[in-house]
Amino acid sequence: MSRLLVLFAAAAVLALLILPAAMPSSQFIMTIAIAKGFAALGVALLLRGGLISIGHAMYFAIGAYATAFMMKFGVLADLALLLIGSTLVTAVCGLVFGTFLVRFRAIFFAMLNLAVSMVLFALLSKLYGLTGGTDGMRVATPAVFGLELDKAAFDDILYYVCVGLLVAIGLLIRAYLKSPLGYALMSIHTNEIRLEYLGVSAWSVTLIAYTISAALAGLGGAMAALTIGHVLPEYAYWTESGHLVLTAVLGGIGGVAGPFIGSVFLEAVHVLAVDVAADAWNMILGAALLAVIFFLPHGLHGLLEKRAEPRKSQGVVE
Amino acid sequence: MNKPVLRAEGLELSFSGVKAADNVNLEVREGEFLAIIGSNGSGKTTFLNMCTGYLRPESGKVYLGDAAITGMAPRRIARRGIARAFQIPQLFTDQTLLTNVMLAIASRRGIFQGLRRLDRTAYIDEAHELLALFSLEDHAETIAGTLPEGLRKLADITLALALNPRLLLLDEPTSGVSALERFTLMEKLMAALKARQMTALFVEHDMEIVTRYADRVVVWDAGRIIAEGDPKQVLRDPQVIERVVGAV
Repeated sequence: MSRLLVLFAAAAVLALLILPAAMPSSQFIMTIAIAKGFAALGVALLLRGGLISIGHAMYFAIGAYATAFMMKFGVLADLALLLIGSTLVTAVCGLVFGTFLVRFRAIFFAMLNLAVSMVLFALLSKLYGLTGGTDGMRVATPAVFGLELDKAAFDDILYYVCVGLLVAIGLLIRAYLKSPLGYALMSIHTNEIRLEYLGVSAWSVTLIAYTISAALAGLGGAMAALTIGHVLPEYAYWTESGHLVLTAVLGGIGGVAGPFIGSVFLEAVHVLAVDVAADAWNMILGAALLAVIFFLPHGLHGLLEKRAEPRKSQGVVE
Repeated sequence: MNKPVLRAEGLELSFSGVKAADNVNLEVREGEFLAIIGSNGSGKTTFLNMCTGYLRPESGKVYLGDAAITGMAPRRIARRGIARAFQIPQLFTDQTLLTNVMLAIASRRGIFQGLRRLDRTAYIDEAHELLALFSLEDHAETIAGTLPEGLRKLADITLALALNPRLLLLDEPTSGVSALERFTLMEKLMAALKARQMTALFVEHDMEIVTRYADRVVVWDAGRIIAEGDPKQVLRDPQVIERVVGAV
């Protein structure tokens, strides 16, 4: 990683740590941005392999509903256990669905993911007795290592847990992308046939990436459920999946930070646009997106890469 | 006589009624450098495709050593020891040449290595050694897709060699390489094969290359083998001259 990117990452983490003290009102928005950033990172992983999922919000919803059900039935009703449990449940779902879905490529992969996600959306909406239907489910405030806290104190802890997980999991995903398996994933995009002729199963490589990406989205869903305190079928709706793809592309898929940058950017523009013109926030958001897409084809993260490039060519960075 | 590394028995395959393989029986013996020649469309590449699992023969068997590999997936055949270089180079075009070769080395050692980096010293060193075989070291950091056709061809062969296979299949290794560089390439290839005691089979159209480097030649015509043996003798066969040499 270039020094500039390391400095940026350190500054960003520092800013995230002091933000609640400097701007208390931003804490909720940033927690949601990080949660959606995890889901967008999952989408970005698949994009690296040339796979576009227009149904990944289903894993966000599975993570959120898994948290809601665990709280409802008092199973693993502690912050750490909820996050781990929901992530594992989503990973298993990703593994099961992925076994079938990763056999497909291009538009077929995208549309099949969309189809599965809409089936889930319909189930969440219609199974009223189980899921609360379109009313959704309330998520009570869980304990934190056995301590019962009020909602405000819990939200503070949750925020810092989310920032900690962002750093820890971000580093793990970066290591994965730098490993042979990560390069193999990128190679599926360019030459799957050569990969097979090197003795590598493209199906296995893709399934692993798909499962990781589902787990990331599930973790994000669990974070969102705990922050908002309520889950809705809309989490699985196709527009949410489109939003995740947009976030990943906007932030850039060249680095792990990209989807998080995209997510924070989108949430910030959204909030500001609503403040400035409540009736036209969609237009402002759209204009901002067009500007990024036209002028930064590698996303917002590409801006950092571009600045790091001249130093790289001089051999300053690794 | 050395024992066969690859054995094809009674291979049959046709496309829309046109025979691409018509009762093909062939052995590739350990340590030999076997050439396949034939006119365009005679079934040479189809034979390679059947040996590497890309195509499944309608009937017949392919053996690697004593193990039947007929109809296996290309990745399973590659893991058993058959590597292939393609007529049209197959590279990971958006990655550097060094990364291409390191990925091939990692594939040989097993792609599932946890979170260990691909660009570790051992892989970098081995990749540079392999690139040096064809004087590609200066292009190590070049994005593979931007290399000229001739260098891409060499890179493709390097990826196949990185697997350290029992048998190397080369589909027209000198096509796309300039006439001046063909013999240099072949000398380097032969040296690399001999140093690794590797068996190889190559499809070729250049009869001078075949005469100079092949231990044995097999002549293909309309999906059938019509002659095989010592290149100098086979290439003087009137039938071969009429149906193949004059046509390539």
